[in-house]
Amino acid sequence: MVVTSLKKTLAGAQGAFLLDTDVEIARGGITAVAGSSGSGKTTFLRMIAGLTTPDEGCLEVDGTVWYLGEKGQKPRINLKPQERGVGVVFQGYALFPHMTVLGNLLFASRNRERAEKLLGMVNLGQLKHVKPANLSGGQKQRVALARALMRQPGILLLDEPLSALDEAMKAVLQDELIKINRELGVTILIVTHDSSEIYKLCDRVLLFEEGRIVTDTSPRKLFVEREATQKFAFKGEILEIRDVDAIWVAVVAIGNNLVEVVIDTDEKEGLQVGDSVIVGTKAFNPTIRKFQKGEFDYSRL
Amino acid sequence: MNPGFDIEPFLLSFRLAGITTFLLFLICVPLAWKLARSRSWFKPIIEALVSMPVVLPPTVLGFYLLILLSGRSPFGMMLKQQFDIDLVFTFEGILIASCVYSFPFMLQPLQSGIEQISDELVEASYTLGKSRFQTLFHVILPNIKPSILTGLIITFAHTVGEFGVVLMVGGSIQGETRVASIAIFEMVELMDYRTAHIYSMLLIAFSFVVLMTVYLINHHHRKTG
Repeated sequence: MVVTSLKKTLAGAQGAFLLDTDVEIARGGITAVAGSSGSGKTTFLRMIAGLTTPDEGCLEVDGTVWYLGEKGQKPRINLKPQERGVGVVFQGYALFPHMTVLGNLLFASRNRERAEKLLGMVNLGQLKHVKPANLSGGQKQRVALARALMRQPGILLLDEPLSALDEAMKAVLQDELIKINRELGVTILIVTHDSSEIYKLCDRVLLFEEGRIVTDTSPRKLFVEREATQKFAFKGEILEIRDVDAIWVAVVAIGNNLVEVVIDTDEKEGLQVGDSVIVGTKAFNPTIRKFQKGEFDYSRL
Repeated sequence: MNPGFDIEPFLLSFRLAGITTFLLFLICVPLAWKLARSRSWFKPIIEALVSMPVVLPPTVLGFYLLILLSGRSPFGMMLKQQFDIDLVFTFEGILIASCVYSFPFMLQPLQSGIEQISDELVEASYTLGKSRFQTLFHVILPNIKPSILTGLIITFAHTVGEFGVVLMVGGSIQGETRVASIAIFEMVELMDYRTAHIYSMLLIAFSFVVLMTVYLINHHHRKTG
């Protein structure tokens, strides 16, 4: 169990804001840490790992206090990263270039048996004597993952571990993460923006906005059950509204796709080019309506 | 004094350069790491201070070191009274002077090498349970080998090539402070141009070999990257 009430003032694009993490995370699950860039996700993970010192608050992991401090004072308890049982997979992999794959793992702990077992789990047994410079992105990521597990951490922190990989490699690594979570029982916190990744991997989503956890729910609730009447709905932007005989046609960009939606004159009155809209279906016909402020939308991940 | 070729000034120069390089490496590795990872306001002050020997005339440095080490300064007086050590016109005296004079030539390559290493690599080592000391030895130093070699070679060569500081602090005492560059000066004064030529050509050859080695290492490192 991870219990945090850590706080830290961060410098954001629109001025300083307070990162306020008041949350309990159960043992053994996979929790997604989502939110737009600059919302404090990475700092949240770094504070758990001991790489960034919070301003104040408390961090307790499985009954042991890792950090306890009051604002403006020297922390009463602040374990060093070396003393915390945390495995970290960094965004840039952070493999030691002068060591082989096996050397990277044995640097963490001289337990050769465990190193071989972990390399087997991430399918890297054949490449153990290769230096990181000769590995692909996916292979590097798996070395980083295996290395982070060498010291049998209770918590595994992953900062956008799969964002640089192609879809096929992502799927393989997602399966490996699920396997690692089940077989080793390690609590995983993963920073990700990818909704399908969150849905596939995670049992909980923490959505950060300007330093606050604004949504704390299950991926299913967040993505599927949010509007019972409208399951098939996408956010887009109107590029053009065209007059076609008696009706109007709106061209809407949804991600990289362009769709045409037929709208009637009443609907057309409230819409103009550049508006954010929700395209959904009603009785099998696409419908369009204006995006409401505060409504959930994938760009917030 | 019988003029003519004598190997002793060269041996003295190499001994002085060897010990200077060794001492500066020990001092500069931790300092370079501290400076490379520091964002403090005093970092530019330290950097400017230790770089001063690059731009100052060696005579200025030598003059103040002479005063500092002599029995007239509080420091020199303390050394004399407490430990009965007299540093002026001794090998130990020019060793201290050389360390001050060659300091930036060791510090700068080490610091820029360490600055190239990403923070993530250091943090990864910490999260794998390694102390700062272990991280320095097993992660940082193995990854800045070209910088270390550059620092060692340039410091050594620069110390062999110094003249003004040694002359001010050490004078020219045979077997104690008369290093190669000073021996050349003396030969010229004695109008023994033949010996001066031999000494000078040896130093030119030495400098060329040293610099070529540095460029070869850098070239090789860029290619294998």
